[in-house]
Amino acid sequence: LIPLAAPLLLGALLFSVGVYGVLARRHGVLLLMAIELIINAANLNLIAYAQRWSTVADGTRAISAVDGNIVALFIIAITAAEVGVGLAIVLMIYRRRSTVSVDELQLMKW
Amino acid sequence: VHQLIFWILAVLTAVSSIAVVAVRNVVHAALALVGALMGVAGLFLLFGAEFVGLVQVLIYVGAVVVLFLFGIMLTSPRTGERVLDNSQRPLAALVALIIFAVLSAGILGATKGLKLQTGPAVSTRAVGQRLFTTWILPFEAVSMLLLAALIGAIVLARRE
Repeated sequence: LIPLAAPLLLGALLFSVGVYGVLARRHGVLLLMAIELIINAANLNLIAYAQRWSTVADGTRAISAVDGNIVALFIIAITAAEVGVGLAIVLMIYRRRSTVSVDELQLMKW
Repeated sequence: VHQLIFWILAVLTAVSSIAVVAVRNVVHAALALVGALMGVAGLFLLFGAEFVGLVQVLIYVGAVVVLFLFGIMLTSPRTGERVLDNSQRPLAALVALIIFAVLSAGILGATKGLKLQTGPAVSTRAVGQRLFTTWILPFEAVSMLLLAALIGAIVLARRE
């Protein structure tokens, strides 16, 4: 038995580290990596809670455990789509401006 | 034994994730990301989510990280642009610390005394049956999203 707080705290750590990465990094690909960390934090919480509320009174598996896993699967699929489009955008920016630094992209900055 | 495995995986994940945002080499950051994602996949397996854990290894470590490495190789920054961090670092660290403190306080307050048991695994058969009955509509929506993202990525990355 593990305290439920342990995986949730790890998720909180992953999230904060990801937020730091998004704020402090300026290489476009590193930014996407930090976003991956944030999404993994969310998935970790989902799986931990799916496991926490998974056994009903008679010891059989509740359907909520399966649902928690399925939502995590959807998140992984959506992340794959996000990374594909994000990297395509980074490549296009690099081709047009020969830079990957997000600090130099101020076209839409007011 | 499960407790020991949990703490090993947790430390691996924490250290690798910090390495992702701290190292000075982009390729090293991608390799550290592999460590963090593998650690999370191990935790998924430990918490009985066997299919999600395996999908995590296949999709993330197998596909997403390789995509990241391609992205790094195809975009070598100009000389003089070696600095990977911007000037907001101290402020960003402060913001991250505050977020972590607030989240930790909330988590510790809300989960006092609650325990989490490791295993038994949610079977892949159960996941498949539920996915293709109750969740069939979201599943199809995600398929369309992936198709749209694929086409969008090709259109964006194509040369003129």
